[in-house]
Amino acid sequence: MDILVCVKRVPSTTARVVIQEGKRLDPSGVEFVLNPYDEYAVEEALQQRDASGGGTVTVICFGPAEAQKELRTVLAMGADAAVLLQNDHANECDGATTARILAAAIQGRPCDLLLFGKQAVDRDQHGVGPAVATRLGLPCVAEVVKLAIADGKVQAEREVEGGHELVEAPLPCAITAQKGLNEPRYANLKGIMAAKKKPLEIVPVEIGAPLVEVMAMTPPPERPAGRIVGEGPDAVAELVRLLKEEAKVL
Amino acid sequence: MTDILVVLEARGGKLRASSFEAIGGARAAADVAGGGTVTALATETGDYDAAAVGAAGADKLLVAQTADHSSDGAAATAVRVARELGASAVFLSASVRGRDLCGRIAAGLDTGFAADCVAVEAEGGGLVFTRPVFGGKARLRIRVTGSVAVASLRPNFFRPAGRTAAAEVVETPAEAGKARVTGMSGEKHGRPDVAEATKVISGGRGMGGPENWNLLEAVADAVPGMALGASRAVVDAGWRPHDEQVGQTGKTVSPELYIAAGISGAVQHLAGMSTSKVIVAINKDTEAPIFQHATYGIVGDVLQVLPRLAEELEKIRG
Repeated sequence: MDILVCVKRVPSTTARVVIQEGKRLDPSGVEFVLNPYDEYAVEEALQQRDASGGGTVTVICFGPAEAQKELRTVLAMGADAAVLLQNDHANECDGATTARILAAAIQGRPCDLLLFGKQAVDRDQHGVGPAVATRLGLPCVAEVVKLAIADGKVQAEREVEGGHELVEAPLPCAITAQKGLNEPRYANLKGIMAAKKKPLEIVPVEIGAPLVEVMAMTPPPERPAGRIVGEGPDAVAELVRLLKEEAKVL
Repeated sequence: MTDILVVLEARGGKLRASSFEAIGGARAAADVAGGGTVTALATETGDYDAAAVGAAGADKLLVAQTADHSSDGAAATAVRVARELGASAVFLSASVRGRDLCGRIAAGLDTGFAADCVAVEAEGGGLVFTRPVFGGKARLRIRVTGSVAVASLRPNFFRPAGRTAAAEVVETPAEAGKARVTGMSGEKHGRPDVAEATKVISGGRGMGGPENWNLLEAVADAVPGMALGASRAVVDAGWRPHDEQVGQTGKTVSPELYIAAGISGAVQHLAGMSTSKVIVAINKDTEAPIFQHATYGIVGDVLQVLPRLAEELEKIRG
């Protein structure tokens, strides 16, 4: 089975966010990593490739030159080839525009299964995978926690509010991975050495007219200063009074 | 005119509460933008309350004639209807399904989308959306430059309009999708889902072990509509199921009341609950970061504080 996985280079979730020119993240001093949800997508791709008895896993990233590091990580995990759609402003791009660029790059490549992480933890949009699938005319199942492939069909289970939805779709199909889908492997030394020799193609891309304009990036609104009501069970009566009379949430 | 299409979400033939919020959000957006119609679209047949849909703010309720619940078909139907209406915006609730449809509908219309919005304003004849990014550590104000603005609205941030007009019900054909929903499993009845509840109590490591969750349940039982949540640490430890996890690798919640019991408040947890209206922290460690985000804090052992809390809440309920 030929599998494509789209990944993103994102700031670590513990990174401190400093805003540059009121519009974007100041990247200086920020540690960048492979998007955590993409690890589940990559792991699933490797397992499905191996279970199908052949084929390739190709990883695609729309990102800056530095994203070669994350692509090498994925190659070290076991992917066969990587493509960097390089633009140094990639990470300022909205999801819809990103999906347009990814879909154009994927069009025409052999693809039985297209995998994404359910969201990138920088923009938190949850929409790139479904948007790419739509542009390519593929069925898509989002936020999948269980996946089985047989007889040219996927049986996927996804977590929705209050339960799990069971979805069947024909291949080729797009899937976005939710935590729980699998346990991503770590790259071992052998994998890291092998990754150095695997193909990593760099394709410069233009962003074109973006579909979303960022007007401003701001810090979140300050929460009004809180207070310690008291210590131990004896503070509970006062807490309940405050919740009822002051905050009016009971 | 700002004519807005709202794509509704139903389960078991009933509309979900967050869909009424999306209708209200659309009504308010159309009003501040200078007026327009709000058309609600149910993407499958069901037993819908046209009066409630109208009261929430919709002028018309379109019902797609299919029993299929798949996102694939629903997105295609929504794209066609948005084109037919010449809608200037498409709104949804930022539920799992809504976030998924948001990307698909935008791609189908070759336009941009604003996911998980917490505010919508009118500016210069168009809509401006505010949405959290970086797990809530910053906010973006964005404008869709494409022909139609597609947006999903975070639950508990928008209210149904509260009008007295009923929506006119009109049938519409449904588009077929390639994927189909074959069933549901693990449905929980009784407590609401943590992502949608207006009140949440979450437990962390400080709970000591899964055997103490009856203390959290007793508090939840005393407050109508309260859902149970959990920190990543306790889900990873296998104490609680993943569908209860609040945080960056779990669910994002914005209830009016969030009680963090024995949760220290790691960045990853804060990402999932920092937009809650009132936050209560109960923790024995006075240095726990959760106290910096809490509206009210109690310093103490949750195992001693929670039974008293359940008792006091039962009192005011009775």
